[in-house]
Amino acid sequence: MTPVQTALAYLVATAGLAGAALPVSALGTPVTGLPVLAAFAVLAVASLVRFRLAVPVWADGLLSLLGAAALIAALPDIGRAGAGFWMLLVAAWAAAWLFVERLIAAEPAGRRSRLVRLLVPLYFGAWILIVWEVVVRGAGVPFVLLPPPSAVGVRLMTSSAILWADFRQTFLKAVLIGYALGCGSAFLVAIAIDRSPFLQRGLLPLGNFVSALPIIGVAPILVMWFGFDWPSKAAVVVVMTFFPMLVNTVAGLAAAGAMERDLMRTYAAGYWQTLFKLRLPAAAPFIFNALKINSTLALIGAIVAEFFGTPIVGMGFRISTEVGRMNIDMVWAEIAVAAVAGSAFYSAVALIERATTFWHPSIRSG
Amino acid sequence: MVRPLIDRLWGGQTVPVLVVLVALVALWYGFAVYLNAPWQVDVYAKAKAEWTAADLIADTLNQERPVLPAAHQVFAEIWATTVERPVTSRRSLVHHAWITLSATLAGFAIGTALGIVLAVLIIHNRAVDRSLMPWVVASQTIPILAIAPMIIVVLNAVGLSGLLPKALISAYLSFFPIVVGMVKGLRSPEIQHLDLMHTYDANGWQTFWKLRWPSSVPYLFTSMKVAVAISLVGAIVGELPTGAVAGLGARLLAGSYYGQTVQIWSALFAAAALAALLVLLVELANRLVLKRMGMAP
Repeated sequence: MTPVQTALAYLVATAGLAGAALPVSALGTPVTGLPVLAAFAVLAVASLVRFRLAVPVWADGLLSLLGAAALIAALPDIGRAGAGFWMLLVAAWAAAWLFVERLIAAEPAGRRSRLVRLLVPLYFGAWILIVWEVVVRGAGVPFVLLPPPSAVGVRLMTSSAILWADFRQTFLKAVLIGYALGCGSAFLVAIAIDRSPFLQRGLLPLGNFVSALPIIGVAPILVMWFGFDWPSKAAVVVVMTFFPMLVNTVAGLAAAGAMERDLMRTYAAGYWQTLFKLRLPAAAPFIFNALKINSTLALIGAIVAEFFGTPIVGMGFRISTEVGRMNIDMVWAEIAVAAVAGSAFYSAVALIERATTFWHPSIRSG
Repeated sequence: MVRPLIDRLWGGQTVPVLVVLVALVALWYGFAVYLNAPWQVDVYAKAKAEWTAADLIADTLNQERPVLPAAHQVFAEIWATTVERPVTSRRSLVHHAWITLSATLAGFAIGTALGIVLAVLIIHNRAVDRSLMPWVVASQTIPILAIAPMIIVVLNAVGLSGLLPKALISAYLSFFPIVVGMVKGLRSPEIQHLDLMHTYDANGWQTFWKLRWPSSVPYLFTSMKVAVAISLVGAIVGELPTGAVAGLGARLLAGSYYGQTVQIWSALFAAAALAALLVLLVELANRLVLKRMGMAP
C-alpha cells in the first residue's frame, strides 16, 4: 500500500467511528436511529480488516456507494445535519478516493484500462453531484443560493418544453448558422489571401491581434443593426468565429513542407491540384483546431448577445430573467442544457477530426 | 540603392499592416456613409432642404446617433472622455477602464494562483490527474460566461458586491488555460534530466524547485497571455448584469439602452486597447524573466 492509500484507509475508519459516536442531526439523534447509516458506519470501521486480509478493490467502491445512498436516504429524516453526519460523509468520500487510488494502482491492461480511464472521471463527476446534494440539503443552504442537483433534475423534466424552445432559438438557429457562416467565410478568405504574400503579412498580425480582443463587446452594436431576433446573435457568432478560423487556416496552408511541395511540382501539379491534394489535407489539423475553439466561442457569443435584447425566448434571455425572478433551479437547468450542448458540439467536431485526420501523429499515438 | 529599400519595406511586416489598416479605415468610412445615409436623407426630406452629395457625406459622418459612427467621432469621444475630463468624474472613460482593469487583475491573480496549485496537484497524484483532468478539459466546452450573471446576482444577494464577484468570474475563466499549460510545462522536463536529479538523490521538493518549476516558466507565460485576455472578457461580461453602474461593460450596456452608438464604440476601443496593453505587459515580463533565467532564445 502506498502512503496515500494507508492514510485514506485510516481516514475511512476513524471518520466512520466518529460518525457513529457523534449525533447525526442538529437535534442530537444518535446514529442508531437510522439503521442504514449505522450499517455504513460499522462497515467503515470494519474496513480496517484490510491491514490483515486482502480486501478486493471493488469492495471500496461498493462501500462508498452504500455510504452515499445511506446519506441521501437519511436526509429527509434528520432535517439539519449534525457533526456525525458530516463525519460519515467524509468517510464515504475517503472510501471513494481510496477506490480510485487502488483502481489506478492496479493498472489493468488492454481493454479494461480503457474502461478504467472512462470510469474514473465519471465516478468523480457522480461524487461531485453526491457531495453537492448532501451538503446543500444537510447544511440547509438557501434555495436561491444553490439548489440541490435533484431539484435541477426535476426542473429539467417538468420544464422540458421551455428548455427545448430556448435550445432551438439559441443553438439550432443562432449558433449553428453563425458558426457555419463565420467558419465558412473565414476559410474562403484564407484561401483568397493565400495567393498574395503581401496580404498575408498585412492581415495575419491584425488577425492575431483581433483574436486577443474582447470581441464579445460588438454584441450591442450588432443587436442594434440586425434586430432582436436570432440573426443578430448569428452575426455575433460570425464575428467571434471569423478570426480564429482565418489565422489558423492561413497558418495551416503554410504547413506543408518544402519537400512535398517540390514533389508536387515534379508531378507538374497546378495550383488547385496542389491545394486540394497536398496543402488542404496538411492544413486539416490547424483547421480542426480552430473549429474546436470556435464551437465553444459560438455558444458563449450567442448567449451573451441575448443579454442585450431578445424576443422572449432563448437561453441567454431565460438565464437573465429567471435570475431576476430568483428561480435559480431553472437557471441551473438552462446551464445544464448549455453544458451538454457545448460538450456535444465539441465532441462532434473532435470525432469528425479523428475520422478525417487519422494519419496525424497526435491522433495515431492516442 | 533605392530598389532594395523598397523591396525590404514591401517584404517586411510594417508596410503591409499599414496598407491593410488604411484599407480598413477607408472601408469603415464607406460603410459609415452608406449606413447613415437613409436617416440623413429622411432629415433632408422633412426639412425640404436642397442637398448635394458633398453635404450628404459631410453630414452622415457627423450625426449625433449614427448607425455606424465614423472613426474620427469615436476618437473625438475617447479624447473627450479621457483627457478632457478629470479622472475622478463618473463620465471619464479612464475611471470606467480602471474599474474594469482592477477586477481583471484581481481575477487574473486569483486564477493564476489557483491554476498553478491545481497543476501541481495533478502532476503529483495520479488519482487527481485521472479524475480531474477530463473535467478540466470538458469544462472548457461549457459556456461558463452564461453563468456570470447568476454568480453576480447571487453573490449580491449574500452581500458580496463590487470588485470580488467580477474578479471571481475572471478567475474562473482564466484558471483553465493556466492549468492546462502548467500541467504540460511541469511535465516538460526530459526523462534524462529527471534521471539526473535521481542520481543526485534529490527529493520531490528539490526536483520540483530546481527542475520542474524552471522548465515550466515558458509554458506559464504562454498560458498567462491567453488567461489575461480572457480575464478581461470575464470582467466586462461580469459588469453587464449589475445594472450598468460602472466599468467598460456598463458603458456598453448603457450605450445600447440609450442608443449612444458613439459611446459603445469608444468603450469597445478602450477595451481593445486595454487587452492589447495587458497582453503586451505579460509578453514584456516574459522576455525579462526568461532573460534573467538565461532561457531567452
